[in-house]
Amino acid sequence: MSDTVLNLTDVTMQFGGVIAVNNLSMEVRPGEIVAIIGPNGAGKTTAFNVITGVYAPTNGEVSFHGETIISNHPQGKMTKLYAGEHLGKYDKVIQKTPDRITKMGIARTFQNIRLFKDLTVFENVLIAKHMNMRAGLFSATCMLNHNEEKEMRQQSMELLEILDLADTKDEISSSLPYGKQRRLEIARAMATNPSLLLLDEPAAGMNPQETNDLTAFIHRLKEEFHLTVLMIEHHMNLVMEISDRIYVLDFGKLIATGTPGEIQNNQHVIDAYLGVDEDGH
Amino acid sequence: MKKLDQKTKIILSVALVVVAILGLSYLDANRSDYSYALSILERSAIYAVVAVAMNLLTGFTGLFSLGQAGFMAIGAYTVAILTIPVESRAAVYYINGIADGLANAYLPLWAALILAGIFAAFMGLLIGYPVLRLKSDYLAIATLGFSEIIRAFIAAPQLDRITNGSYGLKSIPGFPSTFMVFGVSALCILLMVMILRSSYGRAFKAIREDETAAEAMGINLSKHKQMAFVISCFFTGVSGGMLAVYMRSIDSKSFQIGLTFDILLIVVLGGIGSVTGSVFGAFLMTAGREWLRFFDNPLVVGGFSVPLFRSGFRMVIFSLILMAVVLYYRKGLMGTREFSWDGIYNFLRKHLYLRWRKPSGEEVKRDV
Ligand SMILES: Nc1ncnc2c1ncn2[C@@H]1O[C@H](COP(=O)(O)OP(=O)(O)O)[C@@H](O)[C@H]1O
Ligand SMILES: [Mg+2]
Repeated sequence: MSDTVLNLTDVTMQFGGVIAVNNLSMEVRPGEIVAIIGPNGAGKTTAFNVITGVYAPTNGEVSFHGETIISNHPQGKMTKLYAGEHLGKYDKVIQKTPDRITKMGIARTFQNIRLFKDLTVFENVLIAKHMNMRAGLFSATCMLNHNEEKEMRQQSMELLEILDLADTKDEISSSLPYGKQRRLEIARAMATNPSLLLLDEPAAGMNPQETNDLTAFIHRLKEEFHLTVLMIEHHMNLVMEISDRIYVLDFGKLIATGTPGEIQNNQHVIDAYLGVDEDGH
Repeated sequence: MKKLDQKTKIILSVALVVVAILGLSYLDANRSDYSYALSILERSAIYAVVAVAMNLLTGFTGLFSLGQAGFMAIGAYTVAILTIPVESRAAVYYINGIADGLANAYLPLWAALILAGIFAAFMGLLIGYPVLRLKSDYLAIATLGFSEIIRAFIAAPQLDRITNGSYGLKSIPGFPSTFMVFGVSALCILLMVMILRSSYGRAFKAIREDETAAEAMGINLSKHKQMAFVISCFFTGVSGGMLAVYMRSIDSKSFQIGLTFDILLIVVLGGIGSVTGSVFGAFLMTAGREWLRFFDNPLVVGGFSVPLFRSGFRMVIFSLILMAVVLYYRKGLMGTREFSWDGIYNFLRKHLYLRWRKPSGEEVKRDV
């Protein structure tokens, strides 16, 4: 089991009558770059929100390095509404909060950038270092944790340098151009020292040059920090070039999985997604 | 933006503090002439503490509480009960007598003020624990209710031997020195500023900016909200304690909802998210109320008595001014900015045409 980083089994997320994620099982192994693709509304972001503890799934289980972090079965009015499979299989209820999950080593970025808008670039990264603070309120207030604070600042600064954002460190984060905001979100996620990084459409809104840089950059992050990466992405060039394996979702259901080569030649995928996408562009 | 160098700023800051102390010493030395001005300044300083405490919660953590009057009442009664001289207590509680355990419970003022903060913080913990897990709007409703319940408790006949019920508490010794009011206020505000500048303060701001993102950065939401709320309650309690000492006599009516709204107005006027804004706001509001007394007296111009100029009219004017601020100056005086020497310097340069220096190359580049 624990030779996988992330394991989803039979995960269903139902909002009232809408089944956003339908019986999804998937795994991510150490050091992989795995992509989730699929048309808008396929349930990709919802899957991220389940993994990170933002939503409690209606049914199913998520484990991280072999430890179950989320497990649920239909409850309350969902027992009647539930339309998925494996009813009654998951009798435990485990729901770690998002901050606990982040502390365990899963970091994420958001599809609609969610920076701390009124704070500076540097503060955005520094805040992600807060969770590992040893100093309590008293010693932090009286600045008795001088070394720790210095260390936090130093590490944040290093990250900004690696992500090529050091020159913007004192700017208000919302004043950055779009591409840099996306990069800052990655920097902020990296500041939590994750072993698994979830990227929700990291190339959205980037120009071709920035997208190219991103490819190299994700590779570099992965090597330098021994990361495993799970990402949602629409740019097919980027996905095909970067990923080891791909999962394809459509209407919440997994319709295909395989290497980029396999996916490109999969008739289901071409019908549901790739064909449409290529016409669209 | 041009920046002053660090040394100049330190000199200016020290100068400002020295001027303030000298000014206060002067007023204090001539107390008989300036007792009115001093009492306004003292009240302002006390309000500044609770306003900054409210801002810490609302402006910096994004939580909205309306329980200020209640937490101030807890602080005020704590200080009053513990600092009224033991020999005067029989006279204060002459109707119902004083509870046995309290008859000889006396603390020096500083210790009573700390205890006032601790009691208020403890109440905050009890209320915050269930409420802060819910959506943030519930906090305002719960604390507003709490504040009125506290008042009811204070006036309740069952507690007569502790709070002296509706008779209130009198004979509270005043401050030993006017400097204590400003000293304690300054210390409280300084502590809050240091909290806000620490990593915990950054976590509070992160919660204000975006709860989902803050949580995704590993910040435990309920723990940090609880922390901000308890800190805010602590300083609100201390300021309530100071208010009791300032007023010398208190009863449950001193802590009506109106008090909470006064503080809220100070915070809004000064700028939600600006500590210095709250401090300026406190002085401006308190002094403004007094300046407007002019409108309360009948005004006779050339034998003609101007209508409207009578008791209570100043509150109408005051409300109009506040409405104008809220409508046209939505961010308050300071917005989320803070007082800084750079800001003053640039303001003066801009408005007094002190632009004798050519803009440096750096500035030109910035403008592009
Ligand atoms: N909080 C929610 N409440 C109700 N429906 C939701 C919620 N979040 C997502 N959905 C629905 O779930 C479906 C999948 O959405 P999403 O996961 O954002 O798709 P994707 O990221 O693949 O574009 C959509 O139909 C969306 O309307
Ligand atoms: Mg999405």
